[in-house]
Amino acid sequence: MTAAAPPVRASAVANLGTMTWRQLLRLVRVPTLIVFATVQPLLFVLLFSYSFGGAVHPPGVGRYIDYLLPGLFILAIGFGASQTGVAVAGDLASGMTDRFRAMPVTGIAVLAGRAAADAVRNLLVTGLMIAAGAAIGFRFHAGPAAALAAVGLSVATGLAFSWLNTLIGLLVRDPESAGLAGLIPVIILVFTSSTLVPVATMPGWLQAFAKVNPVTDIADALRALCLGGSTARPVTQALAWIAALLIITIPTAVNRYRRAAPA
Amino acid sequence: MDGREGGRGGRDGDSGRVPYQAVRPGAGTGRGELRGSGRGVLGLLGPNGSGKTTTVRILATLLSPDGGRARVAGLDVVRQAAAVRRVIGLSGQYAAVDPYLTGRENLRMCGRLGGLSRAAARRRADELLDRFGLGDGAGRQARTYSGGMRRRLDVAASVVTRPAVLFLDEPTTGLDPRGRLELWQLLGELTAQGAGLLLTTQYTEEADRLADDVVVIDHGRVVAAGTPAELKAQVGADRLEVQARPGDDPGRLADALAPLGSGPPAVDAAAGRVVLPVGDGPAVLADVAARLAANGLKIADLALRRPTLDDVFLALTSQAEGTPS
Repeated sequence: MTAAAPPVRASAVANLGTMTWRQLLRLVRVPTLIVFATVQPLLFVLLFSYSFGGAVHPPGVGRYIDYLLPGLFILAIGFGASQTGVAVAGDLASGMTDRFRAMPVTGIAVLAGRAAADAVRNLLVTGLMIAAGAAIGFRFHAGPAAALAAVGLSVATGLAFSWLNTLIGLLVRDPESAGLAGLIPVIILVFTSSTLVPVATMPGWLQAFAKVNPVTDIADALRALCLGGSTARPVTQALAWIAALLIITIPTAVNRYRRAAPA
Repeated sequence: MDGREGGRGGRDGDSGRVPYQAVRPGAGTGRGELRGSGRGVLGLLGPNGSGKTTTVRILATLLSPDGGRARVAGLDVVRQAAAVRRVIGLSGQYAAVDPYLTGRENLRMCGRLGGLSRAAARRRADELLDRFGLGDGAGRQARTYSGGMRRRLDVAASVVTRPAVLFLDEPTTGLDPRGRLELWQLLGELTAQGAGLLLTTQYTEEADRLADDVVVIDHGRVVAAGTPAELKAQVGADRLEVQARPGDDPGRLADALAPLGSGPPAVDAAAGRVVLPVGDGPAVLADVAARLAANGLKIADLALRRPTLDDVFLALTSQAEGTPS
């Protein structure tokens, strides 16, 4: 065509920025994403604290909301991440992935753009839940540094969920199925962990599973950062789980993306 | 692109083998040269499932061929895939634009991914919106676009970085006649500026109108190649079309007229029509009348016409239903 072609390759960082920009725009425009980022976290805070609050009295914690809120970070972020699988599968189905794959852009930039936008959203979701929790009595008990670390750990957990759902979207390929496939592991792992209730109240066989459930480690770490107590061990374990999940899901997803075909 | 053997169509049902050595459209050594003739548009014509999309996906580096070689603009699509991606544009079978981004945002995104600076991407987006008649929709999310607008935005997104070779997979499928004409005009402008186009279509009219050279494929194999005029000459002769009266059996007409043809008659039972290739159309008309009278047959209509690409298509591609392809 007319002018000389500019076949320069944009830097990986520039491409990541472009893809993150695209996903952030979608975040404020796709109705389901708005609901997952606002209405749902608020509902979780209110529904769980008022319905479980009278029945659950975790030992050593004054108010259930103090125990509950760190766990709800995981639940809300995990549910929200299911939309990442929906989006990835949607891009496959709509031909967007074909378009990107025929351009000089690496797979990791395309996929990481979504994870990066999710991180921004999760930061907002966590902040929103803290504000809502504070309105009904939640308080941090371990100081501002630990509180910030808790928010950081929430976002890191979100990254692991985002990449897991990216991989699910690439494997499942149908958007609706991907959404469901993303929710099921979150539901199972959250309800068989210390996320909402103390493990000690569960039947013995479930306790055995809950103790090895990675979400228990993450919930315990978040709780230690919010409520106080020894943090080194639970936080290290939580970060190890997150790192392990990322080490498995990122290369697998990128590899899958390279060979992606529409559903 | 050229090469030997072919490519198995991935998992989308087009598993025929595409023998590229027969495609050989000149390897696009220069801009606008997909073929030695030096004029820009190669039409890939074939029925559903014939391997058109598979061919495009291999050439656009989306699918690995299971054998053979293919080159785009002199670059090997497997070994130099990254370089190929810098010189091609792809507009796939479905308009691939982000429905939640505006027209302008979609084009800026593609410009940035293609290596344009932020300012250049913005300028280029506005230029294309204007040229593709999308100025009114520039600030609206693409999900509010009509099918025609969406397709124009899709093609615009594929040419943001001024690719030397543009792949268009059935670009006008699903467009109304006006949308089709508008897109044809835009594609004409692109080729006038030197872009090489590879266009797949199942509309013979589209290939006839846009393509300088046509390759007809069926079941993953090239069955004919040449300019539209050459292909029409290949199926030869004039076409005699005879329309049976409602309720009459067109098969009897075919039987009666077959001896006059230069090839076997084609009977469209549902439409009640017989098409017969005839060597010298005007001269045969008197014989037609005589044979109809001798057999006591009456007809509703009769026409004599030059062959079209439709005739090429029908003569060269199998129409058997349910044939795996």
